[in-house]
Amino acid sequence: MSATQTTSRPATAATTPLSRMASLARAELTLLGRTRGALVAALFVPLVMPVSVRSAAEEMDLAGAGLSTGTLVLPAAFGFSLLFAVYSVLVGVFVVRREELVLKRLRTGELRDAEILAGSALPAALTGLAQCLLLTVGCVALLDLSAPSAPHLVVIGLLLGLVMCAALAAATASFTKTGESAQATPMPLLLVSMMGSGMFVPLELLPDKVASVCELLPLTPVVTLVRGGWTGNLSGYEALGALATAMAWILIGVFAVRRWFRWEPRR
Amino acid sequence: METNGHEHVIEVTDLRRVYGGGFEAVRGISFSVRRGEIFALLGTNGAGKTSTVELLEGLAEPAGGRVRVLGHDPYTERAAVRPRTGVMLQEGGFPSELTVAETARMWAGCVSGARPPAEVLALVGLEAKAGTRVKQLSGGQRRRLDLALALLGDPEVLFLDEPSTGLDAEGRRATWELVSALRDGGTTVLLTTHYLEEAENLADRLAIMHDGLIATTGTPAEVTAAEPSRISFELPEGYFVGDLPPLGELGVAGHETEGRMIRLRTRELQRTATELLMWAARAGVELRRLDVRSASLEEAFLGIAKNVSAERATGTTTKEYAA
Repeated sequence: MSATQTTSRPATAATTPLSRMASLARAELTLLGRTRGALVAALFVPLVMPVSVRSAAEEMDLAGAGLSTGTLVLPAAFGFSLLFAVYSVLVGVFVVRREELVLKRLRTGELRDAEILAGSALPAALTGLAQCLLLTVGCVALLDLSAPSAPHLVVIGLLLGLVMCAALAAATASFTKTGESAQATPMPLLLVSMMGSGMFVPLELLPDKVASVCELLPLTPVVTLVRGGWTGNLSGYEALGALATAMAWILIGVFAVRRWFRWEPRR
Repeated sequence: METNGHEHVIEVTDLRRVYGGGFEAVRGISFSVRRGEIFALLGTNGAGKTSTVELLEGLAEPAGGRVRVLGHDPYTERAAVRPRTGVMLQEGGFPSELTVAETARMWAGCVSGARPPAEVLALVGLEAKAGTRVKQLSGGQRRRLDLALALLGDPEVLFLDEPSTGLDAEGRRATWELVSALRDGGTTVLLTTHYLEEAENLADRLAIMHDGLIATTGTPAEVTAAEPSRISFELPEGYFVGDLPPLGELGVAGHETEGRMIRLRTRELQRTATELLMWAARAGVELRRLDVRSASLEEAFLGIAKNVSAERATGTTTKEYAA
């Protein structure tokens, strides 16, 4: 047994938050590739759903609202990607890792709590980001979409959406007991977002009162910023409002995680 | 902390842990572990061993009392403690779809000054399983993987929660050798176990826990010294207890009878045994099922467990009367 022969070993560097998260993210990426359900949700759904939005778009009076098929479909596609490839997948990841006692094990090491959550979320977030890039290319090529008038709003909207979906996924996982129930607990946000966040029906086409409530939903500011970034129709006031709503949801998510997130299964 | 060259690596004072439902799992315990020592927490299931170790690992905040590991609070000063400790939880904690090598590589990326993953896998005899998914490992192999990961950072302090549960006899022996070698190299080890043999073989000092308290503590020799030795035999046909020489004169501290079986407790095993056997020789009788054994950890352990169940039994009776 050479348990204690350490003299030949160079004093390797101490870990940093980044190196630790990278190591965890690499393992999670491997795991993502080995989980069939997550793969389908992450890759297939967000790339297919926009087609149905497109067929719905043909029956709407988009021009009257200053929209085109492209500016309806692309923000919706971003939304699907965030909901399915990031949010739903991460609820499952957090819950399953908790059930497997992986989160508890990780907490015995040098990783801080936030690093564990962020490192685990990274592969799904990157998948979502890659999909959005791909969807943009697809929409530009197939739907005659021109370049965005305010690209910075698109970028801000997408980044806020990624962080928000990761935070809300961890918050949802706080209230999800088993891997099986992780199939169901993301449903409320999925449905509410698809109906009310301007993905299938733009808020511009909704009655004012309904629209003003829908503006407060988590994914609405993301869709609004992405769409506004493309059309250039968003006033500074509206953009700030969307920004504030998105930040508020991120803060709510972070607060819920700090308050209720469970690191080990209930026994 | 440095006293007479004995640095206390772990210091626990009046430690308490209360769970959400109000259940008090640890009810005020104190002990300390010196550098380079193997300290065992021994106890039945539910005695509070794991609840205690989790506080030492910094996984939870104590409800009361104080923990110091390497001079720091493991819960509030996580960053100062974690790079210097290695932890083996009571149960797994690995993604089932990763291979052994991938799991080790992931951990190595999270450990300051990590040894090469292949090296620690070889240390626990898992090198042949490097490409195997964790879900395909046996319970014993998972235990060994957990031990390997705990050793990745060459920790100064090692927490092992039931390190040999699920291992076969050979694996257990190998784990003991490895842990002893680590201790000899200066590693401080705190382990929990419900195997008396493990504590007896491995521990420099131990504490027996029950019901959230430490019932007794010391070196294995000290703990067993407090216990009486035992002689048991079957009374020969036609003899009664009264026919034996006066037990007090044999150095017997107490006795129990169960059918024809007699059990004597003594602190002078040699004298009692000699007198008893000489009496049997003089009387020309054979003491069937004769068993002479010196005090063991098992006696201490069972004695404590028995007191507990006796207490519980009384508790139940009182309750019934109260109702």
